[in-house]
Amino acid sequence: MSQHLGAPSKVLVNRGDEVKVGQAIARAEGFVSTNIHASVSGKVLKVDEFMDSSGYRKMAVQIQVEGDEWLESIDRSDDLVRNTVLPAEDIRKKILEAGIVGLGGATFPTHVKLTVPRGKTAEYLIINGVECEPFLTSDHALMMERSVELFSGIQVLMTGLGVEKAILGIENNKPDAIAKMKEIAAGSNVTVQGLKVKYPQGGEKQLVQALLKREVPSGGLPIDVGVVVFNVGTTLAVYEAVMKNRPLIDRVVTVTGKSLEKPSNFKVRIGTPVSALVEQAGGLPEHTAKVINGGPMMGKALATLDVPVVKGSSGILLMDESESRRKEIKPCIRCTKCISVCPMGLEPYLLMTLSEKSLFERMEPEKVLDCIECGSCSYTCPSSRPLLDYIRLGKAEVAKIMRARKAV
Amino acid sequence: MNKFIVSPSPHTYSDETVPKLMYGVMISLLPALAVSIYFFGIGMLIVTTVSVASCILFEYLISRHILKDKPSHLDGSAVLTGLLLAFCLPANMPFWMVMIGALAAIGIGKMTFGGLGNNIFNPALVGRVFLFISFPVAMTAWPEPGQWMLYTDAVTGATPLGLMKEGLATRTVGEIMPEVPSFLNLLIGRSMGSAGEVSALALLLGMLYMMYRKIISWHIPISILLTVAVFTGILWQVNPERFADPLFHLLTGGLMLGAIYMATDYVTSPMSRKGMIIYGVGIGIVTVLIRVFGAYPEGVQFAILIFNGFTPLINKYFKPKRFGKEVVHG
Repeated sequence: MSQHLGAPSKVLVNRGDEVKVGQAIARAEGFVSTNIHASVSGKVLKVDEFMDSSGYRKMAVQIQVEGDEWLESIDRSDDLVRNTVLPAEDIRKKILEAGIVGLGGATFPTHVKLTVPRGKTAEYLIINGVECEPFLTSDHALMMERSVELFSGIQVLMTGLGVEKAILGIENNKPDAIAKMKEIAAGSNVTVQGLKVKYPQGGEKQLVQALLKREVPSGGLPIDVGVVVFNVGTTLAVYEAVMKNRPLIDRVVTVTGKSLEKPSNFKVRIGTPVSALVEQAGGLPEHTAKVINGGPMMGKALATLDVPVVKGSSGILLMDESESRRKEIKPCIRCTKCISVCPMGLEPYLLMTLSEKSLFERMEPEKVLDCIECGSCSYTCPSSRPLLDYIRLGKAEVAKIMRARKAV
Repeated sequence: MNKFIVSPSPHTYSDETVPKLMYGVMISLLPALAVSIYFFGIGMLIVTTVSVASCILFEYLISRHILKDKPSHLDGSAVLTGLLLAFCLPANMPFWMVMIGALAAIGIGKMTFGGLGNNIFNPALVGRVFLFISFPVAMTAWPEPGQWMLYTDAVTGATPLGLMKEGLATRTVGEIMPEVPSFLNLLIGRSMGSAGEVSALALLLGMLYMMYRKIISWHIPISILLTVAVFTGILWQVNPERFADPLFHLLTGGLMLGAIYMATDYVTSPMSRKGMIIYGVGIGIVTVLIRVFGAYPEGVQFAILIFNGFTPLINKYFKPKRFGKEVVHG
């Protein structure tokens, strides 16, 4: 019931209920929350806590699969629908109904992002065609295989937001996707822009800066500079929801790894066990030491394969024994590499030292909360210092200090 | 069931290591080392070998027996300190003096502060200045280039900067310049001076290599060299009879070695780009002030040590540009 950022949804079904594919089984609780739908048809077996791929136990509904019966309102054909014109209000409602969240990994409810806060105006819609992380290829696959639907989804989002201009940013290492999308978008208000290949180019703030030269202020959101950003996968889900009445019950997951037999992108129903995906990709390689939910830079290590795919699962990465060990920590030689790579202009070496010495109150003015946890500092450090581990600790402590101050 | 490793992200790392960076710097020093051996022969070989070996030995002894830490003598940094110390000594320096210099460099310059990463001052320069103060005669007798087989008995003379300083007491720049090696000789290193500092060309090659490998950025060396060029250029314009031209200042003494290798030492230089430039400009100004108006012919080592001391302060006040600090509305 917590597959999204915000309040957990409220379960609507009970043990023994019959459900169909696409039927809502949980309803949004509050504004920043969303609906959840059955991804299979059958009988509700259990409503209980289960461990999901985030590694935490959360409320979930277990359904015994029986047949594959869909709600009749869902248009399951491959026919392209693009002539439906809906007012912005209805688009937002349909997106909430369909339970759509940011599929890049952050899982922020999409209808919330489409609601521009009072006093702010959206000028641009940006579609993120940059894979968030190395190894993930699901966005690329979608842009190549479902380009027309994607374009239609972009237009729906433009209407929903009430903006005139949209930009689709794609990294220059995918010239085929750039060419294809350019061809489709020709003559429209949607521009396709190639971007320098670098990490983290797919971060919202980095993307906005690269495309529009606008810097999202510290502590702010893209809307503060008149921009709303959606990921390619999310945009397609929006198309499905608005044009085809299809709720978010499946997503594309990249399954990859050096020793994996058949690394692939799978379109899977939400709730599919990770173990089934790995099986389909050729089975678990012998020396697998680490399984990551997400990419190599920001993903979460899984303790077991017996967890379901959730809305935010962008990829499953298997790593060998040899790739999985951390190196010995050496002293900082102040080589400044962590500073050069930090996309937020922070000083990771300093933040780590402050965190090590528990000087948390000094971390706040050093802007530790701006850290997007991209992992570049830990990646680049020649002394193998666990910079991000300590920065995370500092972020949590600084957040505590700030909450305590507010409470007084 | 499989047991998987669970750890926070990131899960992948670059293969850069401290020893790799150190060896990169050493590779970039090879042209300058080759030139020094070509001009100073056996003297340079002895000084370099003694210096590197002593630095490794002292680092091992101190880390093992005094700090009781895991010995760090093979991480490449002691070797580099030894090489750089040898580079800023005369090639006819008696070996026991070199050993004392190495002890000062590693012992006082580095290990007293807790070893690699903790020192405030550049260890090689600490060693050099220690020797300069302890043995002023040996540290100002520079062997003439080309005496391959002579070590402590080599014929000595004054450096170009020394000639200039002494000469200006009674004569003009124009009268002194003919005694100074030609600019071509200064560029290739056929000149008197510390063993590794003589060839500006070899050192510049090393700088390009380090920039290519992204071991250093341009900020520190270029801001030092530019500042020296501009400052001495202004003085030269004011009175060319009293002040030597910028090219003379750029090519002589330890400026190149200092700007490219000593001032760029990671541990003792500022962290932000802005800070690096301020540090570089400061070193450039103080170097010229000492050279032109001070008591010593050369000032770059003091300038660097002074600004090493300022580094923590520079780090405190000159931060990298934070993302989103200045709100830009298009």
